[in-house]
Order: sequence, then C-alpha cells, then structure tokens
Amino acid sequence: MIYLDANATEPLRPEARVAMEQAMAITGNPSSIHGAGRAARRVVEDAREAVAKRCGVAPAAVVFTSGGTEADALAIHALGRDRRLIIGATEHDAVRAAAYGAEIIPVDASGVADMAALEQMLRGSPALVCLMLANNETGTVQPVAEVAALCRAAGALLHVDAAQACGRMAMDMVALGADSLALSAHKMGGPAGVGALLVAPHVAPHPLLRGGGQERGWRGGTAPMMAIAGFGAVARLAPVEMSALRDRLESLADGAVVIGRDAPRLGNTSCLALPGVAAQTQVMSLDLAGIAVSAGAACSSGKVVRSHVLDAMGLGSLAGEAIRVSLPWNATEADVDGFGHAWRAMEARLLQRAA
Amino acid sequence: MPANRLIFLDNQSTTPCDPRVVGAMLPWFSEQFGNPHSAEHQMGRDAEAAVETARAHVAALIGAEAREVVFTSGATESNNIAIKGAARHARRVGDERRRVITVATEHKCVLESVADLAEDGFDPVVLPVRRDGTLDLDRLAEALEVPTLLVSVMAVNNETGLIQDLAGIAAVVKRAGALFHTDAAQALGKISLDVGVGIDLMSVTAHKLYGPKGVGALYVRRRPRARVAALFSGGNQERGLRSGTLATPLVVGFGEACRIAGQEMADEAARISAIRDDLLERLTLAIPGLSLNGSAVRVAGNLNITLPRSTAAAFMSEHPELCISTGSACSSAAIEPSYVLRAMGLDPDEAARSLRIGIGRFTCAADIDHAAAAFAAFHTLQQA
Repeated sequence: MIYLDANATEPLRPEARVAMEQAMAITGNPSSIHGAGRAARRVVEDAREAVAKRCGVAPAAVVFTSGGTEADALAIHALGRDRRLIIGATEHDAVRAAAYGAEIIPVDASGVADMAALEQMLRGSPALVCLMLANNETGTVQPVAEVAALCRAAGALLHVDAAQACGRMAMDMVALGADSLALSAHKMGGPAGVGALLVAPHVAPHPLLRGGGQERGWRGGTAPMMAIAGFGAVARLAPVEMSALRDRLESLADGAVVIGRDAPRLGNTSCLALPGVAAQTQVMSLDLAGIAVSAGAACSSGKVVRSHVLDAMGLGSLAGEAIRVSLPWNATEADVDGFGHAWRAMEARLLQRAA
Repeated sequence: MPANRLIFLDNQSTTPCDPRVVGAMLPWFSEQFGNPHSAEHQMGRDAEAAVETARAHVAALIGAEAREVVFTSGATESNNIAIKGAARHARRVGDERRRVITVATEHKCVLESVADLAEDGFDPVVLPVRRDGTLDLDRLAEALEVPTLLVSVMAVNNETGLIQDLAGIAAVVKRAGALFHTDAAQALGKISLDVGVGIDLMSVTAHKLYGPKGVGALYVRRRPRARVAALFSGGNQERGLRSGTLATPLVVGFGEACRIAGQEMADEAARISAIRDDLLERLTLAIPGLSLNGSAVRVAGNLNITLPRSTAAAFMSEHPELCISTGSACSSAAIEPSYVLRAMGLDPDEAARSLRIGIGRFTCAADIDHAAAAFAAFHTLQQA
C-alpha cells in the first residue's frame, strides 16, 4: 500500500512515538498535585511550550483540545459570541457546522478568498471571520495576514483554522494577525485525539466543555497526557519540504488538471481532476492498485458527497472528477513513481472505456 | 523512611495504562495509522474495523449494543453532551419541561453543566445526600413532582467510592418520565454495570480503568431512543453526535481495557478489596479516632478517611512520596477541603482532615506496607 492520503491523517513521526512511549510510563493525572501528578503535568507543560514556540506565541496562549474540530468549535463559541459570523467558502466542515448560517466569502478558481468582497462584508456590525490557512482538499494557502489587516481595521476578530497548515509550513500567529488559531496533532505527524486552540491574550475564556476548570478555564477534562506528549514532539520538528516530490507527482499524472496550480499552496497536496471520470471511480481504481488517496475530506465515512470546496471554486463538472493526493512526511520518490504508474494505467483504461 | 520512589495510591484520579492496553494500542500509532473515516482505502477500513471491535468491547461491559456507544474525548465531554445535549434537544423540539436534577456530590463537570443550563432558562435542582453519601429516593421523587427532563446521578463517587443504587434511582426517574443519565466514570470495570436497569445515557472514560487518557464514551439508549443534540459538529462522525477524527489508538486501548475488565473484574475486585480492608485495619489500629467516610457499599479500591487531629495537607507534605489526594484532581493547584465531604455533612475542619486513598490493579503489598507505616509514623510524630 502506498499511502498518499496525508491530509486525512499523517503517519506518526518516530519522535512522537518515542515521546508517547515515555509518557505512557507516567501514571499521574496532570491535574493532581502530588509527585505523580506533577510528573504528568511537566509532560503537558513541556508540550505546551513546544506548540507555543512553533507558532510564535507564549505558552499561556495554548489551550489543548481533543483535536481540530473541537478547537474550531471552541473558537467560534468563544470569539463568535454576539458577533456576526463570516467564513470562507472552502472552510472545513468543523467551521461550517459551528458557524451555521454564516455569511460566505467567495473564492476564485484557485480557492483564494475574494478580498474586495470581504471588505464589503466587513461593513456593518462587529464580526468574527473564519478563514483557513491552508485548504484540506486543494492545499491552497489563503492571504491570512492581509485578511487580518482588513479585520483589524473593521473591528472584526479573525479565527484561523491551521489544522492542515501547521505541520507543513512555518507560521507565526502574531505575524498572521489571528485572534485564534486551531491546530490538529495528527495532521502534523502526531497522534489523533489531541489538538489545540491558540488564543490571543485579549480573548476571554468561554468554555464549550465545562467542569474542573482545566486549561485556565478554557476546557474542562483530564488532559490526554500521552497524546499531548506526541503533539509536543512533532511541534519541535521543522516542516518537511515536499514540493519537489509533489511537482514530480503532478508531472507523472498524464491528462490531469491540477486544481489551484497557480495559487500559493501546500507543498504536499495535489488536487488532480481527470475530466470525464468520476472521482469515486478514480479512488476505487487506485485503491485496487494499492494506492490510498481520497475524493475529498475523510470525515463522514463512506458517504460520497460532492465537494463544497471545489464547487465554490466554480469548477463545474470537474468538481466531481477531482481526487486529493497528499504526500505524507515520509513519502519517497518510489511512492510517487508508483502512483504515476498506477495513474497512467488507470487513465489509459478509464479514458479508453469512456471513449 | 526511604522516599526514593513514588507510591501511587490515587487510582481514582487516574490509573496507569495496563501493559496489555499499551501493546494493543502501539500498532495503531505506527504501522496502521489510517484515518478510520477514510472508507475509500484499505488503511482507513482497517482502522474503522479496529474502532468497531473496540466499540463492541465497551458496549459489552455495560450491557449495551455497540451502536449505542458514541466515542468522545473523555467523561467530561460525555457528561457535557448528555446534559446540555438533552436540554438543547428538548428545547429544539418544543418540550416544555425545564427541570434538570442532579446531586450535590457529583463531579464538577456534571454540576457545572447543570448549572450552565440556568442561563438557557432551565431549572437546575441540586439534591442533598445523606451522611453516607446516598441519595434519598423520597427526596428525588419529591423533586420529580415538577415535570422533569433529566436526572443525573453518578454510579460511583470519585472521592468516597460510594455506589449509588442505580436500579432504584432509575425506577423512580422512569416513573416520572424523565431521562436518566449516570456518570459511570469511576464505576466502569470496577462494578458490574447494566444499562438495562433503566439508564438512558451513561458516561464512561478509559483512563480510570487502565486505559489511555483522551478517550471516553457516551452510551445513548436506542429503544426507546434517548435524544441529545451534539455539543459541536463538523464531519458528522459518531452518528452526528460527536464530530472529529476518532483517535484510533486511544479507542483501541479503551476497547482492550474494557475487554480485560470484563474478564478480570470479579477476581480483581475481591483481591483489591482484601488489600484495602487490610490497610484500613492497620490504619485503624495505628491511629485511634480515625474515621471512615462514606458507606460500606463502596467500590473495591477506595478509602476515604478522616484523621483525628492533623490536616490532610500536613500529612501529604510530610510524605510527598505517597501519591494520595484530598479529593477530585481537576484544576485545583491548592489543597482544598472537599465539597463532596461537606455535602455529606462533614464540617470544614473535618473535611480538611480527610484523605482519599485509591488502590488499583498495580498496587503491591510493599506499597500498602509503606503507606501503613507512613501513617503510623506520622501519627506518632503528632503525638510527640
């Protein structure tokens, strides 16, 4: 099996495994005040420091959550109180569901937010704007710093879903100008089951999960110490530069339309459309050939729904004919060549049948 | 007395991961890392199958069907979903009932979730308990005279180990037509649980039964259906009740912990009870005037004692090698007298002299010897 579905989940990086194995040997509850509790707490606080440093903020900004979805929901729950909600058209379902009924910022054919439209939308009552740093299906990177400047000028707050971006590009929350930032460990090569919401100092806690007062009042519940240790370990690692491999992969995909090719995008993500062939057919064909890719977000298991991301980009029928190929941190040239081989075989067979 | 290693006697705050659980989890971290929601390829489907096996193990331990088990990040999240979710759903469908009943000795996350509902126009009622921590069913029936949406009573108390009569409570709650939720975080794998006694919603967590932190579950009855609204949405995983990528290794670890508990619970409870009773006997002999809080109907590993003269804090600072506590772990950076004991009628001074000792699967005879000796030495020191 050649695994090219990193945007669904990354394979665990060995550093995370080591950190978690060490954490497994510690018994305490990080909230307990005795020796065992303090040992567990140290693990959590070391990781908090690493995550904070990775994003250029103070450790106090980091609120550990169960993952990216909860982080997005918490951000909108806390920052969106008594505010109008404005979200990008290509946001992840975690944001779309939490900001149900929000106004939508249109995007261009590459998936980049329309700044002029946003500027118009910001006129009016104070808003919370949610814009992802990098898209999960296309890898498109949004001009977040520019959006932040618009938001600041209009008195709006900005939440940035950086779940897909955090392991794959360097970033600085202050430079981005975000008021909150959502991270997910398993998209960085850490474990599933942990993420974080980074909050600017001026944002007051308003928890989604009540009870116990952990995470400085932002989130009740015993911190998942072992998973947090893995998160901390990957936060210390520099992003792996993947774009050369990705370019090679795209050059091998004969007949493919590369969606968002001209926009700034993540180095590991290719959204490839094969005109005339349904995405699901391509995914199944590649699965049989031992290549794991996807037709969009993993999430709601099994359901084949049209991608709202590609629809918003105005791709017409191509929206139903595109697959996501996302390189994990440990992808090799041989993996990419294996993909190219399978792709060309598929393309020849399917197009022949279609003809 | 040598204090060169930590002795963990706080198994109600958390438990060490059983090595068998660790072994079950490890492959799902590394070689088999697929996203269980990626149904499009084999690695995703393998992870999904592992999640479903774990779901069956959790369900079996509480007498539920697998599809009635929703995985969450832990008991705090489960309790929040059960309580706020039931209330929100009721309001959404125009249910007029506003009363939500709980008990003064519940975990903070239940008390705070119930209290939060007042802001949304609900009518939270917090019932007192008897001196032994049990709930008076007549008081409950009285509170239920006002049409009630939900009653939440924990199965086993986290501080005193007291086992509530779930079947008796469920009967009263059902008679009044309310939903019955129980926080069974401390009970799972310690006592036998059966949702069939009339439980609609049950919260459980892995890290209290030798599983990993960061995973738990909410049981949601199917027939008749207990309806709750999600706390947050997104990818609509877990039948829309709990969005977010499931943490396959943690879920697998939870399942394995439940499988082990199902096999070993009866023997283990007998063994741990014997250790606990032995310790209590030694403490009682060494410290005249020591008293035991709670009832005889308590979970195997728990002791909650009140020292005759010294504060718990004084003992704990004298014996930092002993990992014990004054109550719930949560966020308390300070040693605070327990609100649970206060609710049972202990005065602030008595509460401040009280300690929780939690014996578990990996407690050995030397740990108990050390603890007994430490208490005896401390008592002698205080006498001097």
